[in-house]
Amino acid sequence: MNITEKILAAHCGKESVSPGEYIVADVDMCLGNDVTAPIAIDEFRKAGFKKVHNKDHISLVPDHFTPNKDIKAALLSKTLRDFAGEHDITNYFEVGRVGIEHVLLPEQGIVGPGELIIGADSHTCTYGALGAFSTGVGSTDLAACMATGKVWLRVPQSIKFTFIGVLPRWVGGKDLILHTIGQIGVDGALYKAMEFCGPVIEGLPMDDRFTICNMAIEAGGKSGIIVPDEKTQTYWKKHGERRRHSDESVRFFESDPGAGYEMTYEWDVSSLQPQVAAPFLPSNSKPVNEFRNKKIDQVVIGSCTNGRISDLRLAAEVMKGHQTAPGVRTLIFPGSQEVYRTAMDEGLFDVFLDAQCAISTPTCGPCLGGHMGILAAGERALSTTNRNFRGRMGDPESEVYLCNPAVAAASAVTGTITHPEDVSA
Amino acid sequence: MHKKCWKFGDDVNTDEIIPARYLNTADPKELALHCMEDADAGFTEKAKSGDVIVAGKNFGCGSSREHAPLALKGFGISCVIAESFARIFFRNCINTGLPIAECPEAARDAREGDEIEVDFKSGTIKNKNLKRTYQFPPFPDEIARIIESGGLMKYARYELCG
Repeated sequence: MNITEKILAAHCGKESVSPGEYIVADVDMCLGNDVTAPIAIDEFRKAGFKKVHNKDHISLVPDHFTPNKDIKAALLSKTLRDFAGEHDITNYFEVGRVGIEHVLLPEQGIVGPGELIIGADSHTCTYGALGAFSTGVGSTDLAACMATGKVWLRVPQSIKFTFIGVLPRWVGGKDLILHTIGQIGVDGALYKAMEFCGPVIEGLPMDDRFTICNMAIEAGGKSGIIVPDEKTQTYWKKHGERRRHSDESVRFFESDPGAGYEMTYEWDVSSLQPQVAAPFLPSNSKPVNEFRNKKIDQVVIGSCTNGRISDLRLAAEVMKGHQTAPGVRTLIFPGSQEVYRTAMDEGLFDVFLDAQCAISTPTCGPCLGGHMGILAAGERALSTTNRNFRGRMGDPESEVYLCNPAVAAASAVTGTITHPEDVSA
Repeated sequence: MHKKCWKFGDDVNTDEIIPARYLNTADPKELALHCMEDADAGFTEKAKSGDVIVAGKNFGCGSSREHAPLALKGFGISCVIAESFARIFFRNCINTGLPIAECPEAARDAREGDEIEVDFKSGTIKNKNLKRTYQFPPFPDEIARIIESGGLMKYARYELCG
């Protein structure tokens, strides 16, 4: 079996499972946010459930429209707060403690290797970077899971992506996943588990691995996963300690030699350039220089895709000693309070403030066109976020281009889409 | 069911089905006012309750928002027929009871305005204008049981709780 099949088998009490098989699995953690959890809470109550299955196995993270953007959003947050209080939910995070869910949960050790996690948010696939099976579901799935601790799943076929070669300077996890989506398309991994491996993946820091698994959904994937190694162990040693509930479900699985894959891809990425994905699909990815001189109005650096500390370090490295170009707004969104403090302590905020960037509290805000950086008709953003669908960041006549944090920072300085080597010495 | 078809292309995403700017409510009636807005701004003015949406590959990709099937249901869309569905949207439809049918041939052939009739019992789609009938495969038993229970919450109450 491959790692995905092993985790699923371990969670439904079977020796083995095969692709296509339907299972009812035990869930180690389920997640909802201020957009998706209110529907789940309503469904939970309407169905007549009075008690949650396990208060330790639910995370409620108000991160999308917080700090509350309007009166209706305030009511959504209040729904979470009241439910969390009523059921004494262990992992509920108020503004001031909250981070962007997919940055926050691994950081606080709430999700770990070998676990089965579902979340009413499509980017829940992020935690596959820890060697967990993790997938996005809907609000009703979350409701049923809060009540029963279970989820129905079809065991997915797996696709193996092997990256070989030596990664060039300024190219990282974001570029690998944009390249992958560009190669296979936005439904290229529909219903499939995407397993990422090879020497390039082994050489990547955890933050880049989170970025890769985060965007598995943009290829239609059910999950993204990376077999745990020493880096995973080191990460878990530090972050697992923060967990406030039992860690007995944490296990380190591997894929068997000869495990089954529906398809395999192998790419030598030694000459890969930083990638930029043009509107209106993440699969429209091309080398950054093909977009050279394209004028931009706004730069967004952050999100569940690229809001971790190494992302901000990379952006600051490029921006140091420079300023945002006239006519451009640069918005920085650290992914969590811890990322925020670390960035401040390391002096990254000095770089960003000197460069005339706006620094926000953690929120999903602009990524989904919610608040804090909405685009007008005709405006163009370059963003380290994950989607560039029509109207994603505001008016349906606005545009979003996707890229890594170094490209975003370099482009903020010049005001046009720019390769980082053109700005940084 | 026997209603007018509205045709869309490949990769219709949930931001187009219900833009995030309207997600500060989960009320299906309010969501329905903006359904399909960023795919076709005039949709809610020309379409009628009971109509059918026909689309290409990967319908419902992107965000997991259940507001997407809720908006379509709230508007009265009686069925979505597509060449294929994105998986979270597919789950959400099964769990909440928005009828969907995966039938590549019927989806490709249909033209905007065609009268379409869907019968889930026999697994057939009739395109009255083209005078053609298509078969689509029934759901696997495991999924059919959720639908027959009346949605996931009822299934959870009686099946998952033992």
